Amino acid sequence: MTDIYLGADRATDAEAAAVDEALRDRGVDAVVQPETERLYTSGRSRRLERRHYLLPALHALQNAVGWISPGGINYVAEVLGVPPAEAFGVATFYDLFRTEPPDHDGDTFHVCVDAACQIAGYDDLVASVRASGGHVHLGSCLGQCERAPALFVQGTGGRPDYVPADAEPFELPQAGDPSLRLLRRIGVADPESLESYRAHGGYEALQRAGEMGADAVLEAVAASGLSGRGGAAFPTGVKWRAVAAETGRPKHVVANCDESEPGTFKDRIVMEHDPFAVIESMTIAGLATGAQNGWIYIRGEYPLATARLQGAIDAARAAGLLGPDAAGTGHDFDIAIWRGAGAYICGEETALFNSLEGFRGEPRNKPPFPTTHGLFGEPTAINNPETLLNVLDIILDGPDDYRTRGTERSPGTKLLCLSGQVGRPGLYEVPFGTTLGELLELAGGVAGTGEFQAVLMGGAAGSFVGPDSLDLPLTLEDTRAAGTTLGSGVVMAFDSSVDMTDVVVRIAEFFRDESCGQCVPCRVGAVRQHETLVQMQKRGSLSPSRRALIDEMAEVMVDASICGLGHTAASAVRSALSLGLIASAPS
Amino acid sequence: MTGAATMTETAVTITVDGQPVEVAEGSTIHAACVQAGIDTPTLCWAENLTPVNVCRVCVVELEGSRALVPSCSRPAEEGMVVQTDTPRVRHSRRMVLEFLGSGVDLSQAEDLHDWMEAYGADPDRYSDEEHPVERVDEPVKVQDELYIRDYSKCVLCYKCVEACGDDAQHTFAIAVAGRGFDARISTEFDVTLPDSACVYCGNCVGVCPTGALQFKTEYDLREVGEWRPEDQTVTRTVCSYCGVGCNLELHVQDERIVKVTSPSDHSVTSGHLCIKGRFGWQYVHGE
Ligand SMILES: Cc1cc2nc3c(=O)[nH]c(=O)nc-3n(C[C@H](O)[C@H](O)[C@H](O)COP(=O)(O)O)c2cc1C
Ligand code: SF4
Ligand code: SF4
Ligand code: SF4
Ligand code: FES
Ligand code: FES
Repeated sequence: MTDIYLGADRATDAEAAAVDEALRDRGVDAVVQPETERLYTSGRSRRLERRHYLLPALHALQNAVGWISPGGINYVAEVLGVPPAEAFGVATFYDLFRTEPPDHDGDTFHVCVDAACQIAGYDDLVASVRASGGHVHLGSCLGQCERAPALFVQGTGGRPDYVPADAEPFELPQAGDPSLRLLRRIGVADPESLESYRAHGGYEALQRAGEMGADAVLEAVAASGLSGRGGAAFPTGVKWRAVAAETGRPKHVVANCDESEPGTFKDRIVMEHDPFAVIESMTIAGLATGAQNGWIYIRGEYPLATARLQGAIDAARAAGLLGPDAAGTGHDFDIAIWRGAGAYICGEETALFNSLEGFRGEPRNKPPFPTTHGLFGEPTAINNPETLLNVLDIILDGPDDYRTRGTERSPGTKLLCLSGQVGRPGLYEVPFGTTLGELLELAGGVAGTGEFQAVLMGGAAGSFVGPDSLDLPLTLEDTRAAGTTLGSGVVMAFDSSVDMTDVVVRIAEFFRDESCGQCVPCRVGAVRQHETLVQMQKRGSLSPSRRALIDEMAEVMVDASICGLGHTAASAVRSALSLGLIASAPS
Repeated sequence: MTGAATMTETAVTITVDGQPVEVAEGSTIHAACVQAGIDTPTLCWAENLTPVNVCRVCVVELEGSRALVPSCSRPAEEGMVVQTDTPRVRHSRRMVLEFLGSGVDLSQAEDLHDWMEAYGADPDRYSDEEHPVERVDEPVKVQDELYIRDYSKCVLCYKCVEACGDDAQHTFAIAVAGRGFDARISTEFDVTLPDSACVYCGNCVGVCPTGALQFKTEYDLREVGEWRPEDQTVTRTVCSYCGVGCNLELHVQDERIVKVTSPSDHSVTSGHLCIKGRFGWQYVHGE
């Protein structure tokens, strides 16, 4: 790195103090990285140094003074050795950071405008926040779709972030159901107590894993047929074995807790109410893959989950369950938490690595894959928390028992996020193979008019299905064959009263807002797709040539985009058109 | 870099449009296409820069891959079967060019014009009178006498960022800021170049494929309709400011130097220069 040129602006004392404190905190808690040249971004290598502290430092500035000022950027640039132009490029990537002085005092009230909150009427929430003098920022899904409309309050002046709804008592809709596996401790064990977690079987799996040894753990995970729950359904055993096979370089386990797919809130509930399970299963992943560095990348809008995970990490470390010779397994493993700052794309695994490393959250071209070139260019097992949770039972009860639930090709149970117009929205756990109709029944059936119009499966990146899909078994293979997806487990119901055009136009706008902008098919395609649908909405119809254009745009986004965001940006739109949910005939 | 294997390198053989092509291990599919004489459009790729594979105009069909792959960055592997002229490839290339043209001013992106014609790109079909589409529309930044920045011509190929950063200059004066369609090349807080880290090496200007970055001399001549590349002569010389020996190409119109470039295949410079070589000629004219 060359000497860094800084402009004349200097940080205020408050800004400098906030950054210093954030770094001091990290100095104690962060996984220590050797300062060698091994950072790798889309083929570019850079000296790592302290660049990965950029995101925590920017959060500190934003929280202290309500924006990221030129002086603040210069301070961070100097302390971390990041060129100011690049630090600015990173700051402007995220929704939770402002790079202009705030035009209001006090906190920022983030209100979600995505589908579940659209039909729950977010306008009323906006009006009431404004009436009490709060500054409103409208944005993408906040991961609270079961309690829509959703609100997240971003603190300033050093005040913490919070979610008003977190103060409400929590109960699972299936509370007390003995068939619950992944959710069985939720609402039962105290999420803030290691003793309580242990009293409910916690840390037995890690101990068993330590006795079994890495190879046997890998074997069990592979034999269970567990596949990823983050959306792509990649076999976890294959991924872990690939990382385990890498030698000679530091390795990482990353829990992808960015959960930003509209309609998804399962990881939040797990992290808030069973945080030790995330920590324990990550430790098992570390043992199995030989990785010593654990990272939790969590979306910035989840303050309670972040606090509970941090509490769990601290308690586990104090009890010797993290750190050198974690839990007496002979394996060193520790975990650090990095907060995202409002960017759906940072849930894409390679964008997540770049974001954590202090670069813009732009996905990398694959190959190479994370198992060989992941975080800091090093071998990395990245998993969704729900995926990780499954490992506990696989270790404790064995893969054969695990396979008694679900189907041959989709073994186990699945967490499903029920939202929209269902009787009892919330988080559900059912064995794979349960039909969509049975699930909706379990959730109290279609609410509102009681007449079922459509279900959005898999979120904005998924697709709509109609009433003829009630018999669809919820498995990877059946949903794929039906041309839809389970994705991240979104099941959002719409009754007959909903104007689906509003919903679909917003989905298109979501992709326009959330595209990272790196590649042409998605950067421009997402905008043109949204514009075409807005035109349709204004005219009340879609001409045949515009209808064809939507397919042409979809084709290039699917074929030539860099990442899954572009690949799926047209999927819900096209399913809505082919189901006739939105205007299709010229008038 | 051409892909031809020498005796000492390991070679891999891939099939491009039915034709076997042998290239050195580590070469890209694009290099194999070049070697096979198959013309392939590129925009964000350059010989002297690390591939960022963002524009996607170079995509090809690779057997066994669900999506198309960027030929400019994907290494050729033994036995790969590649198609460069299928309906899918043509469609994606056409749409990429069309998308670009629908959002920014490509009038000076001369390299793209033939490709747009070849693939039948019609950037105007997205908008009509009633429904104009969003375009990048920004005032030209004229902040000094050396070069201008006109981001309404910028295709976000990242070349200038790479040239200013890791790949040549190591100054890091500019980066991509913002997200999605609002992403722009920018200094910190959009400060002017004189207030930024910029050292006026002009390497960014040298790599810009669209005229978004332009020598002020060229910009001024274009403004008055006097930019006439056909009347220009190009003279190669060696820069005399220091002992490094950078090759310069002086572009002369009406007996005045109007811009300075450097050959990208030159062993010393790889196409990159410093302020003296790039802009020192201004003093020749006593400006
Ligand atoms: C645009 C986009 C967003 C994503 N967001 C998430 C996310 O929030 N959480 C997640 O676990 N996976 C997300 N993924 C999938 C990840 O890239 C990756 O496949 C996953 O984390 C792997 O973990 P798993 O195998 O346990 O599912 C996203 C993918 C894309 C393309
Ligand atoms: S597909 Fe979209 S989100 Fe993904 S890299 Fe391209 S522009 Fe970024
Ligand atoms: S002139 Fe040189 S230093 Fe200035 S922005 Fe361009 S590449 Fe960077
Ligand atoms: S200014 Fe030129 S070189 Fe830089 S990204 Fe834009 S088009 Fe590419
Ligand atoms: S919180 Fe509004 S849709 Fe998820
Ligand atoms: S030239 Fe290959 S992606 Fe741009």
